[in-house]
Order: sequence, then C-alpha cells, then structure tokens
Amino acid sequence: MTQIYFSKDHEWVSVDAEGIATVGITDHAQHALGDIVFVELPEPGREVSAGEGCAVVESVKAASDVYAPLAGTVTAANEAIVDEPALVNQEAETTAWFFRLRLADAAAVKELMDRAAYDAYLETLS
Amino acid sequence: MVEFAGYEMPLQYAGIMAEHKACREGAALFDVSHMGQAEIHDPAAFEKLVPGDIAGLKAGRQRYSMLLDEAGGIIDDLMVAKFGGRLVAVLNAGRKDVDVAHMRANGVQVRPHFERALLALQGPLAAKVFPEGAALKFMDAAELTVEGVAVTVTRSGYTGEDGFEIGCEPHHAVSLADLLLARGAVPAGLGARDSLRLEAGLPLWGNDISMDTNPVEAQLTFALSKKRLEAGGFMGAAAVKAALAGGVYRKLVGIKLEGRAPARAHAEIRHGGESVGEITSGVFSPTLNAPIALGYVRAALAVPGTALDLIVRDKPLPGTVVALPFVPHRYHR
Repeated sequence: MTQIYFSKDHEWVSVDAEGIATVGITDHAQHALGDIVFVELPEPGREVSAGEGCAVVESVKAASDVYAPLAGTVTAANEAIVDEPALVNQEAETTAWFFRLRLADAAAVKELMDRAAYDAYLETLS
Repeated sequence: MVEFAGYEMPLQYAGIMAEHKACREGAALFDVSHMGQAEIHDPAAFEKLVPGDIAGLKAGRQRYSMLLDEAGGIIDDLMVAKFGGRLVAVLNAGRKDVDVAHMRANGVQVRPHFERALLALQGPLAAKVFPEGAALKFMDAAELTVEGVAVTVTRSGYTGEDGFEIGCEPHHAVSLADLLLARGAVPAGLGARDSLRLEAGLPLWGNDISMDTNPVEAQLTFALSKKRLEAGGFMGAAAVKAALAGGVYRKLVGIKLEGRAPARAHAEIRHGGESVGEITSGVFSPTLNAPIALGYVRAALAVPGTALDLIVRDKPLPGTVVALPFVPHRYHR
C-alpha cells in the first residue's frame, strides 16, 4: 500500500513510483469546512512552490485556499470534484483528490508527516 | 464553534446545508441569546431616535426599526415589541452596549435585560412545534406560559420563514430548548442563520448596513414612517428626508451569480469594466443551489436585470441584479 503523507495545512500526498504526487485535503479538513459547494483547481502545466496557494474550496459560508504541499509542476486536476464538489465531503482522502504534481524533488515528501504524526498534530489543535 | 460578538457560538451542528433545509422544510431552533433584550421605559424619548412610529405601535404588536445618527447612518437595526404596556427592543449582540449608551445619552430610560435568553424557532412547522403561539400572526407579540415557564413571544424571525422568537429567564433556557427539540425542532447554528437571512434578503448590521449607510441606500424605506417623516423630530430626519428627496449615490441590491463560485464580502463589483461598488455579504444559496450576494452599486444600476461582474480572485464572475428576497418570504399573516 502506498504511503500517505500529510501537511500542516491539512493536505494529504501520495507519491507513485514515477515521482508523481497526488494531492487532496484531509478528512479533518473537509469536516472543518463543512458542505463544499465549489472547487477551483490549478491548470496542468502550472509550476508551484511548496506552500503556494493553488486551489480553492468554497463552503456555503467561506472560501479556503488549498496549498501545494511540495514544489512541482501540475500534471492533472480532478475535474470530478469540480463537477460534484460534495464528493470532497464524502471521499476526501480517496477519489476526491485535487491535483497531481510532478515533484521537483521526490525525496522532499519525507519532510511531511506520516499518519501517526498527523493524528498527533491534530490532537495539538483541539 | 466560532467567536461572534464576544460569544462562543455554534457555526453548525449537523452541517449548514442540513440545518438550512430543516428550516425551509420543517422547524429549526437557533439559540440567539447573544442578542440584547432591553426594556424601554419612555417610548416618547425612544421615538426621537428612530424613524418608526412607536407611539402608534399597538399592544401585542412588533415593528422593525433603526437607531439613526444625525447623518442618517444606521447605529443599529432592531425589533421593538409591545407586550401589554411594556416596550421591549431586541438589539444586535455586537451593538447592544453602544445602543444602550446612545439611548441613555439621549435621555431614554432603558433597562437592559441582556441576561435573558432568546430562542428562535423558525420554519413552516414552527407552529406545530410551538402550538402555544399558534394564535399569533406575523409580527404579533405576547406574553405566554409554556409548561409553567413565563416567556415573551413574537411571531417573527430572521429567516424569511414563519416562526417565533421566544424570550425567557436564563435558568429556563435549557429546558425550553430541550422541550422544543423533543417536539421535533432541529438545532441550527450561525452558518445556517446567515444563509437563511441572505436568501430572505435581510441585511446584517456590520456587513450590509452600518453607520456609513442610510436607510434609503439600504432599501429600508419601508421602515420610515410617513407620519414621522412629515412631522420630523427624530435624529437623522433631515438627512433621511434629503436622501429621499435628492436620491442617493448607491443602493443595496441582491445579485444572483452564474456558475457555482460565491462572491464574498468586499468583492469588487464592475459594470462595463468600470468599478461600481462592493459586495457586503455573499453565500452559496442552498435553496437556489447557486451563489447569491448583497452589495452596493451606483443607484442607476440598482435595477433588476442589470448585468454585473463580481471580481473574485482577480477574475470576473458574471451576475445579475435581482429583486429581493431571493427566496419568497412565507410569513403567517
């Protein structure tokens, strides 16, 4: 099973053998946002740096940025969640991924948290 | 939970969408105890601070009004009800201290009862959940007893639906809320309260109205009593009359957006490439399944059908001025 990493901004990242990272928001994040009604995703080909805002989620009440957890080039955006934003509430950490990145440095993913570290981080927030 | 006007408030319970739907289809219960209830002991002095007909307010009735400053700016908007001979105002949480200070500075004897709880029961099934209030009509006010507890009740609210606002002593609030929930009301938070009031086209002080806006700009002329305007003698009367006679530069309008991306407060409004105003509130309307907003535009553009662009993340989102409310009111008249 592919290892999943987490950022402090509540994104998850899974990296395949070719160094392509799939990025989404965590279940914690979708729950905190509430009913998601709109998603804006980055165009494929866009270069992003780590921590750069590159997608937007809108709930009924508020807009939130989604950040690139690592530097890279966008290779794909998940149009399924643009068509059906509520998918993010239902399947945040699986089918409702946001975008894929060809990582500038695939090894950098190790600097992110694993599941246990992220869960511990969430504890510090509550 | 979120901080609001110094109170720790629930933004949502089951989720804004579900709570919003519960209010449009059933009955939702909001704890709005943060709002300030205050008894006004001399209506004549109070009337000098508002453009509404307070002397003409009958016992058992409620009215929407505003505290205005000399420039016609809105210090706060409020509901004022007459329970028998007692005049009681409901003030916005973030403004209640300012309001009381303003009233006292102008010789109004007012007694704050900010400790009192207020529960808003809203939705088409509200009178089924609260049959004690079923005899009331929209904007009626009465003192009732519910399971032995004395309550003040008005048939009104902030959602566009039928419903009640029920005031009681704080130590009775939890049992009263539990009773209404046990009878089928669904708890709802600030998030749904905001999306419901926006669909109903009701302004929020601090967003859509403020000291910098007057009632003519804010399209609240229904709250300006003809009798009071003719007689004058209330704070801001000259400014309001001038605004009515000479027109205003900008007006508050409802805007329905195309697409699904909402425009939020402070988004710029353009028309034909020119900057013509600013959004003051924006939300995704659960009822219309589309984004809606309130904002000020130049008065000439405040006409239903006018095409506007709302600038969100540097991109123009097309929208159209529509008549308010976005969702028809369903008051029990």
